[in-house]
Amino acid sequence: MAQPLLAQRRFYLTYAIYWVLWVVIATNILEWYGMPGLPALFDSLITFVLLGLICILVCNILTYYEPSRDLILYLSVLAVIATVAWVFLDRAIVNPLLYRDTDFEKVLGKSLPVRLCVGFLNIGWMVLITLFWKRLETERDARDRQADMERISKDAELYKLRQQLNPHFLFNSLNSINALIHSKPDQARKMVQQLSEFLRGTLKREEYQLITLEEEFQYLKLYLDIEKVRFGHRLNAEFDTGEKSLEAMIPPLILQPLMENAIKFGLYGTTGEVTIRLKSHVADQYLVIAVMNPFEADMQTNKGTGFGLRSIRRRLYLLYGRDDLMEVSQEGNHFVVIFRIPQRYE
Amino acid sequence: MNKIVIIDDEPLAREVVKEYLESFPDMEVVAECNDGFEAVKAIAAHEPDLIFLDIQMPKISGFEMLELLEDPPAVIFATAFDEFAIKAFEANAVDYLLKPFSEDRFATAIRKYLEQRQESREKVTALVESVQRDAPLQRIVIRDGSKIKIVPLHEVIMLEAADDYVKIHTDGGVYLKKKTMSSFESGLPETQFVRLHRSYIVNISQITRIDPMEKENHVALLKAGNRVPVSKSGYQKLKACLDL
Repeated sequence: MAQPLLAQRRFYLTYAIYWVLWVVIATNILEWYGMPGLPALFDSLITFVLLGLICILVCNILTYYEPSRDLILYLSVLAVIATVAWVFLDRAIVNPLLYRDTDFEKVLGKSLPVRLCVGFLNIGWMVLITLFWKRLETERDARDRQADMERISKDAELYKLRQQLNPHFLFNSLNSINALIHSKPDQARKMVQQLSEFLRGTLKREEYQLITLEEEFQYLKLYLDIEKVRFGHRLNAEFDTGEKSLEAMIPPLILQPLMENAIKFGLYGTTGEVTIRLKSHVADQYLVIAVMNPFEADMQTNKGTGFGLRSIRRRLYLLYGRDDLMEVSQEGNHFVVIFRIPQRYE
Repeated sequence: MNKIVIIDDEPLAREVVKEYLESFPDMEVVAECNDGFEAVKAIAAHEPDLIFLDIQMPKISGFEMLELLEDPPAVIFATAFDEFAIKAFEANAVDYLLKPFSEDRFATAIRKYLEQRQESREKVTALVESVQRDAPLQRIVIRDGSKIKIVPLHEVIMLEAADDYVKIHTDGGVYLKKKTMSSFESGLPETQFVRLHRSYIVNISQITRIDPMEKENHVALLKAGNRVPVSKSGYQKLKACLDL
């Protein structure tokens, strides 16, 4: 939120000091012109407290009303009126109070141009400062709003990416359960439980909360168990976890789309046995995970296979602000995805 | 007796169909296939009356498999989720089952098949055409004798009309496919292919030179050495593609 200048506590302190300085200077000048000390002090005090108040009034007016057209004209008129008002109001108060029937009244009359100048300069300054502050605040506001918007849309996108559970997977799993209910009710029941557990996992995880690789693996195993039932004996998965890597932290569910992808390439591309290999190790403050799956090189990719990879890349980018964390390559008839998750150690 | 082939990459999904079919004594399952390649062979060998077909399968999709058949049998599609395919089914009134489906829904599909056997075969042909029209092609599946070839688009040099067929010139040879030029024209990505002539669609990256010929006609020279006539409208399209 924009903070008006007058809402700043620091401002009032500076402001007060500034006017005290003016009072001291003016008192000295008046004394130098031969005025006795006490009237000189009172005159200066009243004059500059009044100017200070008028400046605040001007600042207030500007804060709450600023024309969109003829700004310069408006500011000039405002400053002139305020200055003239100040000078005459000041004299109207001070003269009858301090100098009734003295010579000073005439002498002081000659100081009118000086007073006008001092008033105009001070009020002019106030106008400029107010305006400058306002612009600064507006800009800061716009920046904050922009940052907010970006954060909100980033959150929404991350949420959406995480939610993109392949409907194919869900409906085909239900279909498998449907088949098992009749022939193998026990297995059907087990699969319902696995599927529920898997779905619950996708629902409750928080985006920014990291989980250990071990947790993610448990979740992956659940997913693979379900896929194994769907595809029978054709699917195998091997986990090869290096030292320390199980305790490494990763964003939840980042591996699952990768597995889905590996299965898609591996299984939908071929009808033989498929083994998906997953290796992990910690190196150089990064958790490095490699997923390897066989595929037939001469088969053109099926529609939509790139989506899983794209969504992981996007998530890594949104979370870490980098797009060099994932590499995709082909080694012979193996498709390899390697990605690195930055680790922070205290 | 109706002969049936079930094509699905998931064994359990085939189980369901078999199990539901038990209540129909005049239906006999003659083959089960894991993918489109097996299916093409099985269909040639058994000449089934009806097939149950999944869309997303290994190697080639259900639609691509149908394209390879000379005379496709009646089809009941069984798929889990495919927004695009479902739209196509609805538009062509071909019966489809959304997994998981109930026994009642299955029985309705079978009844529908029995009532309108011939009609449904024609609808399937129309469906395959419409799918090709709506979905941009990413590769071309070709049947070469007993072999099935999958040709990625970048290997296609050009397509040439040949009566009811289209000659597909590729890096690896020339193949015939029963399909219309217009369905290829609308299915192939516009940025990559342009119809230079009534009888020719050419891969833009293959063009090396365009020379004027008599009157308003042109001729295009391809990397492979072919000379392709360019009609007046073909020339306009080419200019639009190349931003000239």
